Amino acid sequence: MTMRRLSSHRLFWPSVALVLLLGINAVFNPGFWQLQWRDGHLYGSVIDILNRAAPLALVAIGMTLVIATRGIDVSVGAVVAISAAVAALMIGGELVVKDGVQTHVSRYPMSVAIVGALVVAALCGLWNGLLVAKVGMQPIIATLILMVAGRGIAQLLTGGQIITVYYAPYFFLGNGFLLGLPFAVFIAAVVWGTVHVLLTRTALGLFIQSIGINPAASRVAGVRERLIIVCVYVFCGVAAGIAGLVISSNVKSADGNNAGVLLELDAILAVTLGGTALTGGRFSLAGSVLGALIIQTLTSTIYSIGVPPEVNMVVKAAVVFAVMLLQSPEFRSTVRRITVRPATGSAR
Amino acid sequence: MTAFALTARAWRVDSRFVPLLGTVAVFALAAGYGSVAYSGFFSAQVFLNLLIDNAFLCIVGVGMTFVILSGGIDLSVGSVIALTTMISAALVEHAHWSAWQAIPAVLLIGTAFGALMGWLIERFRLQPFIVTLAGMFLARGLCYLISIDSISITDLHYTAISQARLPLGADTSITVGALIALVAVAIGVWVAHATEFGRTVYAIGGNETSALLMGLPVARTRILVYTLSGFCSALAGVVFTFYMLSGYGLHAVGLELDAIAAVVIGGTLLSGGVGYVAGTLVGVLILGIVQTLISFDGTLSSWWTRIVIGALLFLFCLLQRAFEGRQGTR
Repeated sequence: MTMRRLSSHRLFWPSVALVLLLGINAVFNPGFWQLQWRDGHLYGSVIDILNRAAPLALVAIGMTLVIATRGIDVSVGAVVAISAAVAALMIGGELVVKDGVQTHVSRYPMSVAIVGALVVAALCGLWNGLLVAKVGMQPIIATLILMVAGRGIAQLLTGGQIITVYYAPYFFLGNGFLLGLPFAVFIAAVVWGTVHVLLTRTALGLFIQSIGINPAASRVAGVRERLIIVCVYVFCGVAAGIAGLVISSNVKSADGNNAGVLLELDAILAVTLGGTALTGGRFSLAGSVLGALIIQTLTSTIYSIGVPPEVNMVVKAAVVFAVMLLQSPEFRSTVRRITVRPATGSAR
Repeated sequence: MTAFALTARAWRVDSRFVPLLGTVAVFALAAGYGSVAYSGFFSAQVFLNLLIDNAFLCIVGVGMTFVILSGGIDLSVGSVIALTTMISAALVEHAHWSAWQAIPAVLLIGTAFGALMGWLIERFRLQPFIVTLAGMFLARGLCYLISIDSISITDLHYTAISQARLPLGADTSITVGALIALVAVAIGVWVAHATEFGRTVYAIGGNETSALLMGLPVARTRILVYTLSGFCSALAGVVFTFYMLSGYGLHAVGLELDAIAAVVIGGTLLSGGVGYVAGTLVGVLILGIVQTLISFDGTLSSWWTRIVIGALLFLFCLLQRAFEGRQGTR
């Protein structure tokens, strides 16, 4: 009975998948769970996975809310590239020797650069939101426009070059450690926590869910549907912008062409893995974070067990197909018919 | 606005043709601008090159038009092209098949791939977006399983077809790929407007429930639509193999977006049910002419292509919305 209740919890299957993957890792790589304290912070495979999963988790949190309102945002990869480009351009940075001491000098103060990048990311989200809510375009098409043009804009900003950042404080975002854990993990945790509180302590979560289940009915019931949809897209843009900062800080550069390529697909995959249906309505932030962890663990697993990394895409495809089918009521009923039929006489 | 309405009435333009006319007007405008601004632009070969360089996009666009007309979407087309080039190259170069064995084989594989996705979408009521997304991952992953590096093709048949040119008057010629593209568009137009399958596709895109109630074979048609798109992608892959003479897992990255853009710019409504295969041809030519204009200009960098295509996509989506809105209020 308790097992059945446990297995019906919506985070059950994603958790099982993650535990399974971690188990496989532990078998193939005995040192997988080893943690070391080195240079004042924790060091190990698990920490590495957490650090690398943080940007994806950030994007997935934004994507979850968009998908919950029956939307989709395929422009997040482009927004990551734009935000990284803006931050890298505004910081730039050079090493200057001042009074015999080497100091890093940025073009603008780092806080200004970060705010600037996030404002641009929010504007990208606003553009998407207005196209969806005001103009009434299909979300996939509205965001497709920015996905196509956005990468061009990012390349325009960087002049088609990879911009390298020479400003050490900026590297803290993607490489730094706080209390022994990667700083990026804290960023993701804070965003998740804030959104979680906002959604559960106010009626916002309910509104978003009701828009996803029935937009017309929630409008009639007095939910300010359009405003909420615009806000959700703006938030998704900002989340992608933060991810862009973390990614560019991690690689210490901004590449308009390749930053965040295929990230939108990974984010959508993370959201689906976490149990949020693409048809909108019920959603789970924790599920999406789990999904991001699953994807990153999967990638690490593939590397660590010595399978060529190119197989990654085939494995991902297999995972998507499996999750899709498991989520489909038609598939479940087909399976039930096949498995239950021989036992109908005795078991029931 | 009234002037426009008056001319529309005088010319008796069916309101269904307005988006298509807009597309043709944009193409004419771009061609006119190029001819005035750049010397050497206004020549038959420049315009034929639009078709030659985008033949594969055109073929993919035909399949994509049917998918979008039925209210779906196919994101796997680019990677199916890559997979087709890869399998062709592996079969011809490594397994030493002849071109006449390899081409039917890859066409069959692409068709089966599309049929499988269509079956999943129809049988288990899955979202086309996510199924074809998984298909996209799968096809690209399979490319890398065959080989990580590019395989160049030295087979005599392939190089012969690749270099074959059909002369059209003085100094102008056209490739086999471009001819295949034109034939594909012609067949696409015929299938869409003169067959039971085509009419059923329009009906499903217009209103699936009505189509079901009318007794139309909705399930079969939906599977066939994705099968057709798979076949078109494989055919485009064959043409792409002629064009590039190599197989590579990174061929045609992002082509699905160009194909969707071409279909939308060609006047097909993304909500399904309204659009023309011929419009897609013009959409492809517009994408081609944007690239040609930017390369003729010389001072603009390549990323302007993406920005202009994005802007065009935006413009046509707005036009579509305005068009839909007007129809809705009527």
